[in-house]
Amino acid sequence: MAKVLVVTSGKGGVGKTTSTAAIGAALAQSGKKVAVVDFDVGLRNLDLVMGAERRVVFDLINVAQGIAKLPQALIRDKRLENLWLLPASQTRDKDALTEEGVGRVITDMRSSFDYIVCDSPAGIERGAMLAMRFADEAVIVTNPEVSSVRDSDRIIGMLDSKTVKAEKGEQVAKHILITRYDPARAARGEMLGIDDVLEILAVPLLGIIPESQDVLRASNVGSPVTLNNPASVPARAYADATRRLLGETIPMTVPSERKGLMNLLRRRAA
Amino acid sequence: MSMFRLFSSRPTAPATAPIARERLQILLAHERGMRGEQPDLLMLLREAILAAVARHVALDPDRVMVRMERGKNVSTLEVDVEPPNGLEPALAVAS
Repeated sequence: MAKVLVVTSGKGGVGKTTSTAAIGAALAQSGKKVAVVDFDVGLRNLDLVMGAERRVVFDLINVAQGIAKLPQALIRDKRLENLWLLPASQTRDKDALTEEGVGRVITDMRSSFDYIVCDSPAGIERGAMLAMRFADEAVIVTNPEVSSVRDSDRIIGMLDSKTVKAEKGEQVAKHILITRYDPARAARGEMLGIDDVLEILAVPLLGIIPESQDVLRASNVGSPVTLNNPASVPARAYADATRRLLGETIPMTVPSERKGLMNLLRRRAA
Repeated sequence: MSMFRLFSSRPTAPATAPIARERLQILLAHERGMRGEQPDLLMLLREAILAAVARHVALDPDRVMVRMERGKNVSTLEVDVEPPNGLEPALAVAS
């Protein structure tokens, strides 16, 4: 039974694309057949973060409009054979995407994938609406910061009212993923804590991704952070979050970097 | 932590996270109420007040300001009606 998962947030720059790539790759590593779909028409970036930017021929709009067939547009990952990417269009008008078109593509994909991970654009406009429209589950990426929490609240309201599931009287399963978290700053009272965010949003927590330089390193080389350096702190945090998504019970910890002397020295030398 | 702070020469910044938390709670309580198909309460109020006042005086609709401030303990609704210049005395008394 295929699952459609939307990675959304309202606010831009919180880590939707990073999270889509990392969770998509982690799902594929666990043996699922996965497609990650970029809904950010005009500002596509998932291809770049996945390292497939030079292999894009057709895109989501081409498939939605029937110009290309789904297998022609899907790009197979070079590292994981059961991970695929459906890129967004870079040039087309964003109004070229219609609900009927997206619905057809999603229905088509449901028959050949276990997970369809939709990377939502920022905002609450058409692209974001369509990315969540057919979702069974939602990962709401939130930074522990006032504007991000407010926008997440707005998105939660939309997930509860504007999705196909909501209109049928069902619920999209919602999960909060807190990214760019700095445990030290939260402990000093300089940053909203995990409990604060969860109490305000009242949605269960999927995982905590600490602020880390490994995220930038991974995107620099075009690799999901879970593949680029699986031992790194964000990679482990994303791997745990993905296992929770698959139904495993894993204690919620904030992974941290060991700041030992050797580590410091190694860092200097690197 | 406090021991650490005792010997630390750097002055510690006040914790701002509790302020963020409180501001969010107040704001979201308000925004959740406004969500969905419910009409904008402030717009409705503005229209109703405008209609009531306009029954007695000629009004410029753009000169009616409705402001709302929501606090933790006290909320205020401020209605500022600016009557046009040259208001007839009789009408001014009647209103």
